[in-house]
Amino acid sequence: MDPSADRIRVLVAKVGLDGHDRGVKIVARTLRDAGMDVIYTGLHRTPEEVVEAAVQEDVDVLGVSILSGAHMTVFPRILDALRARQAEDIVVVGGGVIPDDEAAALKRLGVRELMLQDTPPEAIVAMIRRVVAERGAR
Amino acid sequence: MNEPARDAARWAQEVAEWEADEVAKFLARSPERKAQFATLGGFPLKRVYTPSDVADTPPADIGLPGRYPFTRGPYPTMYRGRIWTMRQIAGFGTAEDTNGRFKYLIANGQTGLSTDFDMPTLMGYDSDHPMSEGEVGREGVAIDTLADMEALFDGIDLERISVSMTINPSAWILLAMYVALARRRGLDLDKLSGTIQADILKEYQAQKEWIYPVAPSVRIVRDCITYCARHMKRYNPINISGYHVSEAGSSPLDEIAFTMCNLIAYVEQVTATGMHVDEFAPRLAFFYVCQADFFEEIAKFRAARRVYAKIMKERFGARNPESMRLRFHCQTAAASLTRPQHKVNIVRTSLQALAAVLGGAQSLHTNGMDEAFAIPTEEAMRIALRTQQVVAEESGVASVVDPLGGSYFVESLTTQYEKAIFAVIDEVDAKGGTVKLTEEGWFQRRIADFAYETALKKASGEKPVLGVNRYVDPHETFDDVELHPYDKSTAQRQIARLNRVRAERDGAKVAALLERLVEVARDETQNVMPVTIELVAAGASMGDVVEKLKGLWGTYRERPVF
Repeated sequence: MDPSADRIRVLVAKVGLDGHDRGVKIVARTLRDAGMDVIYTGLHRTPEEVVEAAVQEDVDVLGVSILSGAHMTVFPRILDALRARQAEDIVVVGGGVIPDDEAAALKRLGVRELMLQDTPPEAIVAMIRRVVAERGAR
Repeated sequence: MNEPARDAARWAQEVAEWEADEVAKFLARSPERKAQFATLGGFPLKRVYTPSDVADTPPADIGLPGRYPFTRGPYPTMYRGRIWTMRQIAGFGTAEDTNGRFKYLIANGQTGLSTDFDMPTLMGYDSDHPMSEGEVGREGVAIDTLADMEALFDGIDLERISVSMTINPSAWILLAMYVALARRRGLDLDKLSGTIQADILKEYQAQKEWIYPVAPSVRIVRDCITYCARHMKRYNPINISGYHVSEAGSSPLDEIAFTMCNLIAYVEQVTATGMHVDEFAPRLAFFYVCQADFFEEIAKFRAARRVYAKIMKERFGARNPESMRLRFHCQTAAASLTRPQHKVNIVRTSLQALAAVLGGAQSLHTNGMDEAFAIPTEEAMRIALRTQQVVAEESGVASVVDPLGGSYFVESLTTQYEKAIFAVIDEVDAKGGTVKLTEEGWFQRRIADFAYETALKKASGEKPVLGVNRYVDPHETFDDVELHPYDKSTAQRQIARLNRVRAERDGAKVAALLERLVEVARDETQNVMPVTIELVAAGASMGDVVEKLKGLWGTYRERPVF
């Protein structure tokens, strides 16, 4: 069996005009060091570009980092684009500066987990493994 | 051996005896908390410092305030003459919304203005561009046209208060609007004091707001500097910024070193036009963070002044002392603030503010305690401003210039910083210079590496963060934290004004000016400022100008490193 077959594949993304990329790079490196396949989109992507990349790369998880406050605009567009591509098996998670009530609203819309600032690296790794396990095999 | 060298040798010997005797006996009974101590920036720390540690610092390098190499401050009297400018940054919603916050801050004793723009303005998009969706007026104030600028500074006397604008790739357009506004009000351009950030190189390295590729972007910066040197003698056309380098995760050493590398690149650009360094260098300004390590930050600021003075004098042949004195705005460290137990942020910010003042800052922004939640509320800003006022008016620290000057420890660390900064500059020079290394991601890689190390140290607890990796309150909730609200009508109100301006302007005139802009931009010997001023005065929006030049210059896309 191909040992890479069960490696978790993650696309981490920055969407919109937000340029704060310290966190997303630390997350990318943390997940890579934990043995996952990590792709980072770079900055200033549209929701549609990110979803296209996630589908093309056949990832398990799409992680979106946003610190500009535009999360209530960005996440719904990503979820819509995933539905339009019938790619709802890609688990969407997020991180950044997001008020609690809006975080709760985003989870109701379908964002699986949100990690706010100062989440320890090992907690992020554990969370990604958990949400992939919960989704089950594809 | 001369007298200081003999003195240092005597001290070194005495320290060795003390280590062997008192220290050894004491450690046998009671070990120290850890085997090695170091600053947050990784500089190893000794147990105690003596004259032997400053033996390699020539007394002339310490010197006196207001005199080369300005280690002790850019001015001879510092805060005994005038307290630093208390400059809380503000910006949200439309221009009217931010104008209200400006007036609130002035009424509370603030002495300078500082403007935060929303993401579309920072990146040169109009508010109705698809990329602007969800961003209009959210992280800062939305500015599309001169009409917005008029509303932003309505009722504020621009000849009497200095205005700083945190704006980079689109800075020249906002500067043009500022000039057009001043002309419309009949103000004297030479009386306007303020700053545009316009430090594009650190954008590619750290803050990541850009439009065009590196070369034309640096040329625009050059044009801002030469325009201001000729027409706005009190205005700072650039704020060479380490703040964002640090907040993106760099070490404090790289924060300073990168600003010096960027400085060198800009000065080379401007002097290549034939302008002598003394014609513009007195208006170059800097912007640094004040992080949590108290003495390291003070030494960092003192070293930055000394390094700058030496670069300007020795490398660029400056003769006017004003070209050699580094002046900086300072902001406390946003990324050091926490969501958990957020009121503790007031204490963190107080200590950082004190270090900034002991380090000789010319102006200061203290962060709001709610930094980790959203942009600050009025109450958070009031307490942040009061924090500065306590330092200025109650603590007494503003009564003596550079009170830590002569401290064996601070002087030793200052000199270590100076040497390490010059070592980074030498490395950048040897590898081909700042622009080349920026395009290759060298700076970006160094920032990402230190950021990752810091994250690991936070996770392991090696870097203490109260409320996060120690003294955690598992029962804490955030329901009662008051947050700055976002007015959902912002984008609609903003776009309405933009459309009104478009409807009322002379479209043919704007179109003709845009063609002239392209001609000017194509000819590198010309300056883009005058035609841009004409454009904004004629009602052109920021997006009109930016999009037009994308046709000539294209756009920048980063190859990310992590």
